Amino acid sequence: MSDKLLKVENLKIGARIYPPGEKPRNIDIVHGVSFELEKGKVLGLIGESGAGKSTIGLASMAYGRGGVEITGGKVWVNGREILGTNLKDLRKLRGTEVTYVSQSAAASFNPAKKIMEQVIEASLHQGKFSKKEAEARAVELFTKLGLPDPENIGDRYPHQVSGGQLQRCMTALALCPEPDLVVFDEPTTALDVTTQIDVLMAIKDAIRDTGVAALYITHDLAVVAQVSDEIMVLRMGDMVEHGTTDQIINNPVEEYTRDLVSVRSTQHDGKPPTDNPVLTVENVTARYKGTNFDVLHNVTMELHPGQTLAVVGESGSGKSTTARVITGLLPPREGKIHFDGRDLSSDLEGRSRDDLRELQMIYQMADVAMNPRQTVGTIIGRPLEFYFGMRGAEKKKRILELLEEIEMGPEFMDRYPAELSGGQKQRVCIARALAAKPKVIICDEVTSALDPLVADGILKLLENLQKIENVAYLFITHDLATVKAIADSIAVMYQGRVVRYGPKAEVLAPPFDDYTDLLLSSVPEMRLGWLEEVVQSRKMESAGN
Amino acid sequence: MIRIPPAALIGLFFTGLYFFVAIFAPLIAPYSMTEIVGDVWEPSSSEHWLGTDNIGRDLLTRMIYGGRTTIFIATAATILSFSLGSILGFTAAVVGGWVDQAMSRFVDLIMSIPTLIFALVVLSVMPVTLFMLIMVMGLLDSTRVYRLARAVAVDINVMDFVEAAKLRGEGRRWIIFREILPNALSPLVAEMGLRFIFAVLFVSTLSFLGLGVQPPNADWGGIVKENKDGIVYGIPAALVPAVAIATLAISVNLVADWVLNRTTSLKGGRG
Repeated sequence: MSDKLLKVENLKIGARIYPPGEKPRNIDIVHGVSFELEKGKVLGLIGESGAGKSTIGLASMAYGRGGVEITGGKVWVNGREILGTNLKDLRKLRGTEVTYVSQSAAASFNPAKKIMEQVIEASLHQGKFSKKEAEARAVELFTKLGLPDPENIGDRYPHQVSGGQLQRCMTALALCPEPDLVVFDEPTTALDVTTQIDVLMAIKDAIRDTGVAALYITHDLAVVAQVSDEIMVLRMGDMVEHGTTDQIINNPVEEYTRDLVSVRSTQHDGKPPTDNPVLTVENVTARYKGTNFDVLHNVTMELHPGQTLAVVGESGSGKSTTARVITGLLPPREGKIHFDGRDLSSDLEGRSRDDLRELQMIYQMADVAMNPRQTVGTIIGRPLEFYFGMRGAEKKKRILELLEEIEMGPEFMDRYPAELSGGQKQRVCIARALAAKPKVIICDEVTSALDPLVADGILKLLENLQKIENVAYLFITHDLATVKAIADSIAVMYQGRVVRYGPKAEVLAPPFDDYTDLLLSSVPEMRLGWLEEVVQSRKMESAGN
Repeated sequence: MIRIPPAALIGLFFTGLYFFVAIFAPLIAPYSMTEIVGDVWEPSSSEHWLGTDNIGRDLLTRMIYGGRTTIFIATAATILSFSLGSILGFTAAVVGGWVDQAMSRFVDLIMSIPTLIFALVVLSVMPVTLFMLIMVMGLLDSTRVYRLARAVAVDINVMDFVEAAKLRGEGRRWIIFREILPNALSPLVAEMGLRFIFAVLFVSTLSFLGLGVQPPNADWGGIVKENKDGIVYGIPAALVPAVAIATLAISVNLVADWVLNRTTSLKGGRG
């Protein structure tokens, strides 16, 4: 028992939900999960949204988030049972023995206090260290986590450091009181891939050096494979499979785990470009109103009929701005957009109804892209009515056809967006775009908010629809696995410029420019030891330079 | 079957009662509005349930007709202020630019003058008629509604579904009435309850000051004014309309709360 730091037995968690128009009722979120964790080991909890990962993570601190209640089972930390203990004892446990790192560091830090103050707060509060000791320990952790200028970074406010740095500060915050267990709740999900790799390595080193145990919660199997010793796969509150990382990745037993492992392996053979591109972006330079710097510099790209052009880059690289220029929401300062053999007016007002109809857009957040007060039928039906003047039975027939194309049944016609799952919402948005019979659809990060398996389904649907309708996609994404799965040609963007552009086979083949190399090598691969290899090869490269 | 919480039931009952009495006043009132039926300030009796007023008219009859006037004016003024304020507010938010600036600064200008003083000045130079009262109150109140509607619409206007409608080429009318209005309804409905009550209070204040409903027509503020001297002699006639105003205010708010709760939980609407 003594070497078992955390022991969870038959944990059951429930919540009270308030469905509209019905009586509130209790539901079970986690149905009897058990596991153990030894000192210095890392257990990865993995699953889709709603699997109960975070809920289990928080339960190891005997905490239930808003309305969530631990209804059964036992949790031991350091041999003490923590469920049912009083708040005073729990307060001693939380922040000293068990600490927590959340997904959004930006939302978790108090913007009005300096970082150092917040990092040492828990240690001071518990009386574990004096202020001086705690600060020394914080600086030591900053150094260990690879933060720049570790002596002074604590004097900055949270908004004065980057997202990746703040996430590392939060890791320092969690490690500062010398806890026995740290719960990492999706600590790298909100970061760009190139930043993620640094944070992952920093977390991994810090775990090894301090000897803490950790629960690492994520939806990304490739990430968890890099940091954990064991992996537990969860689905809808049930344990699917629990094993060593090696076994889960290389030898999964359950079908669901096998799906998760193989989800990123979809391949798509790039088609060669045709003679007449349907959409040409020519030397576009653009800036936002009221600012004095360009966010796009000389962007040029072509999209061919029935093909997919993937625009890849990190946040802030100008991907979405390019989409805004193409749709006419942001008139460019210089440059032109050609569409289907004609010049497009640079602003929205100057475009004809056919210009608008033939260029449709699908958004990242499907739930805000649909009016919550309109039914699916109204949402899909409006473009039919607006562009083609369809009414009554004719319109209904077409809506049903479209619903069938997106693999949803006629019963969805009268549903509201809130009554759909994330994947279904995105499908409805796709149907709305298709209803206009467009030549080009701009897909702005359409799969990033979705679980891997659901995203896979959406990608397959998009590919099928492309074959049927011969529509071209301008596919904006930060995820290179998605690019490999769907693109015919690729434009890599960095700081408002296209740094690499061409057919997929060429872009993804060496020799690479520096940025593309960094981007490609940062995408987590689903195998053990990948993280170390990348970090090692980068060290060698920089030593060689 | 909708389950109505008890608080909302009470609110619905009294609001309904007041509106029913207001609409059917001539059928319900036991006497005619201006008829003198007894002594000055008679106490309540089986003939005069609430007693008589300062010149011997039946107080219950005066209250019923007074409620009719007060509620009619308040309702009309609220409808006017909401139609005007919300449409202008939505338009300002959707059009933006100098149109928004010009409208918003004009509204600021009107709002910087205390409402009561503004109304008193206007009503003292204009003929005091029902129409005039409703116009003055509705227009003054619409500035508040404009503020709220614009604030709500600015939030909704930047959502992706509005952008999607703009990219589709939809006109302003569709964007305002079909995309923004349904999503802005719940805060507006809640505000409507409040505004209605302010209108009741406002018209009562004006009548009390002598610039609202003119005698011999009855309204609640006027009844307070006519009977205020009785309080010195321990006669409660002036308190009756006060109680009526208070109960109406509370019940309308209970209903508005309930409507707000229902519409926000409905189909994942905005909180």
